[in-house]
Amino acid sequence: MRTLLDPESVARGLRRMAGEIVERHAGASDLVLVAIRRGGIAVAGALHHWLGQLEPHSPPLGSLDITLYRDDASTALPNPRIGPSQIPCSLDGRHVILVDDVLYTGRTVRAAIDALMDYGRPRLIELAVLVDRNGRELPIQANYALKTETLNSDERIDVFENSGGIYAVVQPKSSPTIPPGALRPEVP
Amino acid sequence: MTQERIRHLLGIDDINRETAERLLDLAESFLEVSRRPVRKVPALRGKTIINVFFEASTRTRTSFELAGKRLSADVVNIGGSSSSTSKGETLRDTVNTLDAMHADVIVIRHAASGAAHYVARYARAGVVNAGDGMHEHPTQALLDSFTIRQRKGHDFRGMKVAICGDIAHSRVARSNALLLRMLGADVALAGPRTLLPTAVDSMGCRVYDRLEPALDGADVVMMLRIQRERLGAPLLPALREYARFFGLNAARLKLAKPDAIVMHPGPMNRGVEISEEIADGSHSVILNQVEAGVAVRMAVLYLAASEPGAPTDG
Repeated sequence: MRTLLDPESVARGLRRMAGEIVERHAGASDLVLVAIRRGGIAVAGALHHWLGQLEPHSPPLGSLDITLYRDDASTALPNPRIGPSQIPCSLDGRHVILVDDVLYTGRTVRAAIDALMDYGRPRLIELAVLVDRNGRELPIQANYALKTETLNSDERIDVFENSGGIYAVVQPKSSPTIPPGALRPEVP
Repeated sequence: MTQERIRHLLGIDDINRETAERLLDLAESFLEVSRRPVRKVPALRGKTIINVFFEASTRTRTSFELAGKRLSADVVNIGGSSSSTSKGETLRDTVNTLDAMHADVIVIRHAASGAAHYVARYARAGVVNAGDGMHEHPTQALLDSFTIRQRKGHDFRGMKVAICGDIAHSRVARSNALLLRMLGADVALAGPRTLLPTAVDSMGCRVYDRLEPALDGADVVMMLRIQRERLGAPLLPALREYARFFGLNAARLKLAKPDAIVMHPGPMNRGVEISEEIADGSHSVILNQVEAGVAVRMAVLYLAASEPGAPTDG
């Protein structure tokens, strides 16, 4: 296991990303932040915090569960854990920033875009991620990424949050996944 | 963490507590789908669900149909009188026919107890019991527990539930008693002595032949429909008499807790088992039950129609 992003660089990077978003959208008044469950929740929360520091009115923050929109929805999941989707306002005409931890195959983002469209017609949708890694299976790209990384296909990126903040590590795909809700390791 | 998929849902008797709670949790996310601007998700695109209703039903059939459609499945409804059954086809042949059409799930309502189990034995498709005779109606029990959870929280331990009316002939009462006991509730059954089942003691519930002791301190009051077709038989002499002794009215409801909820699986006989003022009153959650019905059936159909496989990351 090696560290890809430590808590400090994530915090610094997300602050910079918030500035970039505000600049590109001329403020935050049309923005809506939507986290893709579950990996995007912590990242979106931090990004939301930094946007609030920059702008008097921080944008609404929502979350989206894409399980039912997956291209393998009816075959993949023996034990689906479908969380609630919470979209706090109408998306009609808004600038939606989708937030996830890692952009990999692009299938999750494809599903998230489909799901968003069922909540309204946004003016535009952008994608913000912590890490943009190689391995795309669909023509999808991130508008904002803290880090672009090329990995072997047998490697995986895990993003954790502990009391020090959010961090990303690279480990072999074969290593056990940490079940949702379990305690995150207090490294690095 | 991986669990068996639910291929059939035939009765509460066949599932364990873990499965029941998993279905109730799943239903919560589906409730959100029904409240959105676009009430549809693509989860079961390309799947076929066939509703076979050999008995009249409005809400259960509509509820299953909407549940399937909101998951983007193709839903086909077959009624008793319009089906080949009226031409003498056996249930077994009907099942084989539907199987040959590659149905993924067959939802069945039938007047014979055990019909769903019979179908499940021969069908390749997943089978969901939508009510079989006097046996079980598992999705009704699940939607009732779902409604209770929303009002009273997830912990059923110590919760007092009164189920009142024609217990003997009610599959709703049977499924509910089984599920509520499994979840830890304290269940009281009340009805005229002629309408209590013979083996009632084996259900692990308190049993009364009057309404009042069951209502005493209840958190949940569940009234059953009095089946008019049983009227006139020695079991049930007259509606007026039944209403007088076993109907729920404001005076009787005072025996229950002040924040008690009143439920009814429908269709109601207003003025018989439930008075007008209670049916439309602030304690009534009868329409919440209907909304919960679609969400719970979405959860059941989703699990019954999904195929196990390896999830991919993305």
